[in-house]
Amino acid sequence: MGTARRRRDPDNKKNMPLLSLAIWLPIVSGVLLLAFGRDDRADAVRWGALIASVVSFAVTIPLVTGFNTGTAALQFVERHRWIERFASYYLLGVDGLSVWFVLLTAFITVIVVVSAWQVITERVNQYMGAFLVLSGLLVGVFCAMDGLLFYVFFEATLIPMYLIIGVWGGPRRVYAAFKFFLYTLAGSLLMLVALIYLYYKSGGSFDILVWQRLPLTLHAQVLLFFAFFFAFAVKVPMWPVHTWLPDAHVEAPTGGSVVLAAIMLKLGAYGFIRFSLPIVPDASHKWAWFMVALSLIAVVYIGLVALVQSDMKKLVAYSSIAHMGFVTLGFFMFDERGMGSELTTSGAIVQMISHGFVSGAMFLCIGVLYDRVHSRDIAAYGGVANTMPKFAALAMVFAMANCGLPGTAGFVGEWMVILGTVAKGKFWIAAIAASTMIWGAAYTLWMIRRVYFGAIANENVRALKDVNAREFAMLGVIAAAVIAMGVYPKPFTDVMHVSVTQLLRQTAISKAGL
Amino acid sequence: MNWQAVFPEIALLAMACVVALADLWVKDKERLLTYCLAQGSLFVIAMIQLWYFYAGFTLYAMQRMVVADPMGHLLGLFATLATMVTLVYARPYAASRDMLKGELFSLSMFSLLGILVMVAANNFLVVYLGLELMSLSLYALVAMRRDSVPATEAAMKYFVLGALASGFLLYGLSMMYGATGSLELGEVFKAIGTGEINRGVLILGTVFVVSGLAFKLGAVPFHMWVPDVYQGAPTAATLLVGGAPKLAAFAITIRLLVEGMLGLAVDWQQMLVLLSVASMLLGNLAAMAQSNIKRMLAYSTIAQIGFMMLGLCPGVVSGNTVSASNAYSSAMFYIITDVLTFLGTFGMVMLLSRTGHEAELIDDFKGLAKTSPWFAGVMAVFMFSLAGVPPTVGFYAKLAVLQALVSTNVAGFIWLAVVAVVLSLLGAFYYLRVVKVMYFDDPVGAHAVEGTRDARLLVSLNGAAVLILGILPGGLMQMCAQAIVQMFAT
Repeated sequence: MGTARRRRDPDNKKNMPLLSLAIWLPIVSGVLLLAFGRDDRADAVRWGALIASVVSFAVTIPLVTGFNTGTAALQFVERHRWIERFASYYLLGVDGLSVWFVLLTAFITVIVVVSAWQVITERVNQYMGAFLVLSGLLVGVFCAMDGLLFYVFFEATLIPMYLIIGVWGGPRRVYAAFKFFLYTLAGSLLMLVALIYLYYKSGGSFDILVWQRLPLTLHAQVLLFFAFFFAFAVKVPMWPVHTWLPDAHVEAPTGGSVVLAAIMLKLGAYGFIRFSLPIVPDASHKWAWFMVALSLIAVVYIGLVALVQSDMKKLVAYSSIAHMGFVTLGFFMFDERGMGSELTTSGAIVQMISHGFVSGAMFLCIGVLYDRVHSRDIAAYGGVANTMPKFAALAMVFAMANCGLPGTAGFVGEWMVILGTVAKGKFWIAAIAASTMIWGAAYTLWMIRRVYFGAIANENVRALKDVNAREFAMLGVIAAAVIAMGVYPKPFTDVMHVSVTQLLRQTAISKAGL
Repeated sequence: MNWQAVFPEIALLAMACVVALADLWVKDKERLLTYCLAQGSLFVIAMIQLWYFYAGFTLYAMQRMVVADPMGHLLGLFATLATMVTLVYARPYAASRDMLKGELFSLSMFSLLGILVMVAANNFLVVYLGLELMSLSLYALVAMRRDSVPATEAAMKYFVLGALASGFLLYGLSMMYGATGSLELGEVFKAIGTGEINRGVLILGTVFVVSGLAFKLGAVPFHMWVPDVYQGAPTAATLLVGGAPKLAAFAITIRLLVEGMLGLAVDWQQMLVLLSVASMLLGNLAAMAQSNIKRMLAYSTIAQIGFMMLGLCPGVVSGNTVSASNAYSSAMFYIITDVLTFLGTFGMVMLLSRTGHEAELIDDFKGLAKTSPWFAGVMAVFMFSLAGVPPTVGFYAKLAVLQALVSTNVAGFIWLAVVAVVLSLLGAFYYLRVVKVMYFDDPVGAHAVEGTRDARLLVSLNGAAVLILGILPGGLMQMCAQAIVQMFAT
């Protein structure tokens, strides 16, 4: 990275390049597994992957414990010259908006490795390697504060996910993998043009913070807004560009679905708060109604679509889209008065984190059932609670969180968004959004009733064995996190408070008149 | 006279003759002596080019007929390296097909000599001489399997269309000569700059020069020979036709259009815009429909050349050459990295071919991830690089060109960037299909990758280079920028 000396942030007391470690540890260990792992040493590969993911998670913990909640500036900054020609830097840093996602990514990777332990028996090293590489790249997306570096990580994540869906997926995996790759590539290529335009406008800089201060005409802002919109809306995904998600989720292996739902969808929402809102605030104001409208359609319409699904994975996939609608709604509820804006924005970010846990856990539960019965059809089950009581108890926790029951993580974010919206006097928007509590309860509980309760439906269910220690541990940890976050969300909101205030201040200042 | 300027060319000529002669006494089936002699001399020449590049001088020699400048040295260096890599890949392939004769080596060296002459040309006639030397050697190389019908057919097509293209170019050059009264690039540049020359003649000459160059680059609508030759020629010869000669075609494009005819940029830029959009459109669409991997890669090359030519378009914006070095260096980076990836892809095709079996169909890659996971990974890197997905070098090549377009701040060029982006999305589809075949499908007959150890090692290194340049592309970009800046300085 050239000869440039490392420039340290004065606030940063840590000397370890923690963010680089969080990115490169999983990538390097993943590549090593790919190069040296073999199926006749599958157990060694599994333990190697577990150790790598746990260590990678461990290095992210100091990011939160050492986080300075009093500033909106970047922390744990690393800055090296990268590409001379584009004046591009290897610039990493986290603030209150991104730090939790780094942890979430590393945590979910550990879970994914554990969930695959006995399930994946062929090409174990490729499976584990792909997830470790993917995890490093995803952490990179959340840490990169250089536009080009962000784009490189953002795009590179497509490659491992494409292979994961295509190699270990279900019967229509090829179709799903192509749809996933091309859909998201199409969106992000327009963003590339937008990034180059910003680079040119800022006089040759890829620094996102420089872009956030850059004055832009309203016309340019609107074009940029839509370039970003296509990239991020596809990723979130928002209605009507969501159609890749049910296919990808249904066909992906359990681990793939978990990472997709828990992390990859967050990339799009994260993009909105990192790029759209602060860089093109006037266009965001101008088109906020459009975003709100799309979000409400996602909440209501997709909620109804979820209701009629007969495939469990598809149902959870549609419920993900509806929940992500809440996130985009929360981001675009700001206005000049500022009342309640902080609540909606923070609520949306909390919703992103809680959805990461809850949807990931829902997919894990489906995976547990699928490993035993090899069917995702709701109709193939019934009365599972009779044969798998421990499992059913855990699944109930996640189901309750999914419909937003108070005391679980799912409640906090949705409640904050609705409260903020009401505080802004937009009662009807809040009312429509709040209907998600009804739809969410309807589709989730109806699925739970049909799968878990009632009499034992068939021989397959009668033969079910309850979760083993590995599965219980993996689901139990998430259940604890879900309840902890629901009961005491303060650590989460404290960390993001200053950054959210700063973001809203930036968004409130017009750049077009400068 | 500056002998130093033409020393690499003279050395190469001498060694090509030595190799041709020495081969007469070689009895060995493997042709180890010829091979080592050829590779050794190419290596020395590459090192001289590298040394010259870092010395950074610009020398004219032979009554200003040739010029030795950093751009020439950089392109010459990569052309020499490309030829070396080609010979490594080609040797096992040729040996199992009765093609491993002394001619393979001496003709490759002569075609490289032609390339070096073109790269160093400062005179219309020298450009033409180099072009003919390269082309004639390549015609013969394509036809080396005399008894193979597709190969001879490809050679005939290549020869007829190549001769036609040379005719176009020569006709255009003669018009420029008639209008400006000089064959030397610098003089032509000055003469056009005076503005006293009949514009009609100049434009007509430009049309013919651009057509001739488009033929050699393989841009639509002058692309007809590319798929047929790439598919019909023995894969080793395809690599010789599609590797280093692209660098040469790029070099003469820069020499003729930029060094000689920059004054006419407004006119030839419009032509290049049309050619490049047509190439990207047709190349990408036609590539989707192919089942033969060599033909698919031929159409993909057409599309890549189209993208590269976009980088030549925004050099002169409303009479201003501020963005010129940025634009041309992006095109140069594009062509160098494209050749690097192209070499690797065809290297893989040859690795997969066995005695009595040509790996020509995309289906021959089926299930490669199960039989040889390592090489499937390497091939996937090449495919993602061609598709322009980070973190591979192909992404930065596309980025550099797009950046050159957008930084003109001309609405037309920005829209052109959007068009290029959308068309490259089409490209992603067929590159992904190769990855799909390797990773998602089951192998047909269980056979792992064969090939000699050095070829396997080199393909791996080639893949590593594409990936490492994808993480740290700065150095090579800087070299290209330096070469182009110095070209403008003199």
